[in-house]
Amino acid sequence: MQELILRAKELLESGEVVRVLGWRKGEHVYDPEPAFFNSAEALKEFVYNGFCGANLSKYMIEASKLEGKTLVFLKPCDTYSFNQLLAEHRVDREKAYIIGVGCKGKLKIENIKADGILDVEGAGYPDCSEMLTVKTLYGDVQVSYKDAMLERCHVCKGKAHKIYDEQIGESADTLDADRFAEVERIEKMSPEEKFAFFQNELSKCIRCNACRNVCPACSCRKCVFDSTKFDSAQKANATSFEEKMFHIIRAFHVAGRCTDCGECSRVCPQGIPLHLFNRKFIKDINNLYGEYQAGTDVDAKAPLVSFTQEDAEPSIVAERG
Amino acid sequence: MYKIKKTDLPKLYEAIARTQELYLPVSSAGKTNFAPWTENIQPDIDTLKTVRSPKDVFFPQCENLYTVTREEGKMKITPETLERENFVIFGIRACDVRALAVLDKVFLSDPMDSYYAARREHGVIVSLACGRPDVSCFCGTFGIDCAKPEGDVATWLYGEYLYWQPQTPKGEKLTASLEKLLEEGEETAVEEAKAAIRAICDKLPLKDLSLEKWGAEAAKNNFDSPLWEELYKGCLACGTCTFVCPTCQCYDIKDYNTGNGVQRYRCWDSCMYSDFTMMAHGNNRTSQMQRFRQRFMHKLAYFPANNQGMFSCVGCGRCVDKCPSHLNIVKVIKAFGKEEN
Amino acid sequence: MSVKSEDFRPVIVAFCCNWCSYAGADLAGSSRLAYPADVKIIRVPCSCRVNPMFILRAFEKGADGVILCGCHPGDCHYSTGNYYARRRMTMLFSMLDFIGVENGRTRVEWVSAAEGVKFSETMNSFVAKIRSLGPNVRLGDLRCKN
Repeated sequence: MQELILRAKELLESGEVVRVLGWRKGEHVYDPEPAFFNSAEALKEFVYNGFCGANLSKYMIEASKLEGKTLVFLKPCDTYSFNQLLAEHRVDREKAYIIGVGCKGKLKIENIKADGILDVEGAGYPDCSEMLTVKTLYGDVQVSYKDAMLERCHVCKGKAHKIYDEQIGESADTLDADRFAEVERIEKMSPEEKFAFFQNELSKCIRCNACRNVCPACSCRKCVFDSTKFDSAQKANATSFEEKMFHIIRAFHVAGRCTDCGECSRVCPQGIPLHLFNRKFIKDINNLYGEYQAGTDVDAKAPLVSFTQEDAEPSIVAERG
Repeated sequence: MYKIKKTDLPKLYEAIARTQELYLPVSSAGKTNFAPWTENIQPDIDTLKTVRSPKDVFFPQCENLYTVTREEGKMKITPETLERENFVIFGIRACDVRALAVLDKVFLSDPMDSYYAARREHGVIVSLACGRPDVSCFCGTFGIDCAKPEGDVATWLYGEYLYWQPQTPKGEKLTASLEKLLEEGEETAVEEAKAAIRAICDKLPLKDLSLEKWGAEAAKNNFDSPLWEELYKGCLACGTCTFVCPTCQCYDIKDYNTGNGVQRYRCWDSCMYSDFTMMAHGNNRTSQMQRFRQRFMHKLAYFPANNQGMFSCVGCGRCVDKCPSHLNIVKVIKAFGKEEN
Repeated sequence: MSVKSEDFRPVIVAFCCNWCSYAGADLAGSSRLAYPADVKIIRVPCSCRVNPMFILRAFEKGADGVILCGCHPGDCHYSTGNYYARRRMTMLFSMLDFIGVENGRTRVEWVSAAEGVKFSETMNSFVAKIRSLGPNVRLGDLRCKN
């Protein structure tokens, strides 16, 4: 972490960048917030640890509108999002100085099933350990780092930064699950079971829009769900249809553009596995139109704004069973 | 003072639900929220905080106000009927009980909100003391004692028992209807429970949170502070904080076209949204900094200015736990506390 | 729970592209080919105009089945519109299937201006399919049911 701060100070002092986009220390080890730092002095509150899951790419949309360069710290998976935003001309490469920062898997405090968590030892960077010691009001608990990891880290896309100006820090392999396993499990269910599963999950939705607002692919200036022309607006959940409509359409709007960064599931206050919608689309795209990972190649043509004459007919959905 | 064995609680729920609707914290798809009792649900009174606050029961996220239908070429308007049946809400925490007092200030003062008032009148509140307060709790800052919650009946989970203390005539009436299930409880056990809770409260990291820079006066002192520019930066402009908040009371009214008529409904709104209080001329808060400031100024300055110093935050800590960017009211309070001016 | 009786009259929304399928429907009409009156045609400039939200809206407001008809691949008035529509609808139908909506409720069919017979046959078979599935209960807004 000191290395990151030192380098940031250097770049600030040399005038190469005018601000730093990183994470600011919170009340506890587990609540750092995305923040801009404008001076070397401000950087004393900079933090980088196992809880810095927030993907900073989206903040670069705003930063691209500001005067001067912004130094941004991106984890390997965040760089896919940045690339995707670049492909869509939503961020300015000239305004960004990217330090690819190492990542050993990010943690989710809710995954540590303990009351009154005061501190989590072993979540530091780079020296995160296999076991976390969780200090709570009600005594200490040991939790393995893996168990506390975000879902997305179990299906990590790899240690490589897809775009950067320089790299600092080591990354670790955290991949230990099949990315599409859960999607496949649901696909095998009967329509009744599928419906019950999603009804149960989606009925928790409070329409807070956190999934949309955190999503780097949701970068529209005005969201279709914010339109005043609809009689069902973004904040009502009058019937269960509203949630389905919102989540299907949102997933559809990012289909072929979603890098599967997992931010939607990370931020959902009700713990809805929103990534399943996106992964379903990714899986279908891979199967029907060829393997595609959004954010890998800035010049690639996204699958839903492309076609071939031999594409499958929509009836394939019923035929493949 | 009464008590009932923890293992007998399902019988208690059943007995209450036999004569009226019972709302209680229910675990579903991994999260606990208030829901009506039915036979197949999984009650969960051990989880300290439900994701959504119980304000839902009195002020639902979405409710119909009236329905307009076409009948033989004429328009027929049917207002929604007000709550007429008594119901019980069980397991509501001290902070959330106090939150209702905040909502009362808004909805029960002139002009009174009849929908809310009807539910308040018919609702019986059975509160539950917080056995295991969390680090994000700071109800003490607002003078709330989580060891002795307000409400028509207060209850404590301690040892093998749930202790039950009616505190109002409404509570006495409910207690009388459950006589067969409740046995005599010992005051001493409850005193022990309270002492244990207070001992934990003394260790809470936010117990000394100072509101010195806040209150009615803050409306003019803090409005132009340069701190806001700093504080809001990470804000995603989602509505999580407002929708999990037990005291946020803003709503929007909309018409829904059903194909054969119109339903006029109201739903929660969030001051974090860009179309909040949108009017013909546009919006009166045009930047996210202004929206962010509005939320905290409303809770900590404007509300006390209009309500004899009463803050419209109860320190439940839900926003502290749930903000996707880990921004929250505590960080705001502290940032102003640090400032030397 | 579903009503599958003879008297179930489904509401079917058919999005038809202006250049081929709508003309196909016209031909079906002028050729006196019968298809059920349950089908409500909405004319769109191109099958590609149909946003997935249109399909969901139709279900929301009470449709029991939604069908999209456009020019045959390769014959689009705008050259390639239906190719895009094909990918989009494949994705959307797959998602509807994923969340448990019966997958016969949506269909895409390519109908040219000369295919009056195909239009009428398509609509007959689609209506029969929806009749067999019964009313749409999984994708509607309850407020529209009364």
